[in-house]
Amino acid sequence: MTQTKSYAKSQILLHWLMAVVVFGLFGVGFWMVDLTYYSEWYRIAPHWHQSVGFMLALAWVARIVLLRIHGKPSPLESHKPAEIRAAHFTHALLYLLMLCLFISGYLISTADGRAIAIFNWFELPGLGELFAEQADIAGTVHQYAAYGLIALVVIHAAGALKHHLIDKDDTLNRILGRTKPQPSNYDQEQ
Amino acid sequence: MKKFALATAFAAMAISPLTQAADYVIDTEGAHAFIQFRVSHLGYSYVEGRFNTFAGTFSFDDKNVAAAKIELTIDTKSVDSNHAARDKHLRSGDFLNVDKHGKATFVSTKIVPKTAGQFDVVGNFTFNGVTKEITINAQKVGEGQDPWGGYRAGFTGTSAINLSDFAIKNILGPKAETVALSFVVEGVRK
Repeated sequence: MTQTKSYAKSQILLHWLMAVVVFGLFGVGFWMVDLTYYSEWYRIAPHWHQSVGFMLALAWVARIVLLRIHGKPSPLESHKPAEIRAAHFTHALLYLLMLCLFISGYLISTADGRAIAIFNWFELPGLGELFAEQADIAGTVHQYAAYGLIALVVIHAAGALKHHLIDKDDTLNRILGRTKPQPSNYDQEQ
Repeated sequence: MKKFALATAFAAMAISPLTQAADYVIDTEGAHAFIQFRVSHLGYSYVEGRFNTFAGTFSFDDKNVAAAKIELTIDTKSVDSNHAARDKHLRSGDFLNVDKHGKATFVSTKIVPKTAGQFDVVGNFTFNGVTKEITINAQKVGEGQDPWGGYRAGFTGTSAINLSDFAIKNILGPKAETVALSFVVEGVRK
């Protein structure tokens, strides 16, 4: 029996959009911290990183809302209990690490009460120093949470590929919007 | 008579320390002392900042300026340029390296009196783990009873250091190689 219930189109779209943005933010973040003072990117890269990061936070909230509205497909029958637990744990941790990144990122730049300009569109107000050595602690947390998130994304993707290529089940197809996949579709994977 | 002469000699020795320098504690408790820095920004302007946490003592007597001494310990983590994100960068390995060298110290080795109220304070400045002799051009501001039953003496001083002398790679442009230091030191007599 094949599980055909898929994610909603909005969930699928947002999932892949966030995947792209997470990698983009990680890449930019990794690169921008080593920019020299005289680099033309020195000011604009962090500004974009912060602005796009804020948009990702909005998308994160939207994902939670969509999850409440649409729910998620029940596990495939072929999924082992341990796999289901591991997948749920990974999903929860992905959300948690992203939340941790949003908060820590915010705390780095607002430790002196400065606002964060989002795309020159509006200013996200700063709350000032909420605890001692805020900028440094938040910076360290942000760095390691980002490494953790990327590591987890790799595990998450490896799991999806394992189901797709080895188990040849519909786990990955559900998030690609292929509600009734045929075995022949597997070759057209993008 | 011999006994009297001896007693007089001892008395004279006991009296002579009257001209000995008085010892002062720098009034950081009431924040009547400031350690500030100024560095070129792009060659077009300056960034100023200060160290908020430091402690020190000095001894000083107008009648024997050359015997004066001063000792200062600066908590480099307390750097404050009125911008949390910049201060985070200043504390990092790019500049102050505070995780490795959280303290900077200045210990005077020689006082060279100049004109009235002006003197050079020569001493060893340990900064970023490097000890180098620097000279502070000092000026006495005044001394006397304070309104609360204490006795105070105050000085100002200026000096300059080159970043490269203290193993700090200058990444801010050629004009930023030299950092001007300025001190306001008010002591309360012990």
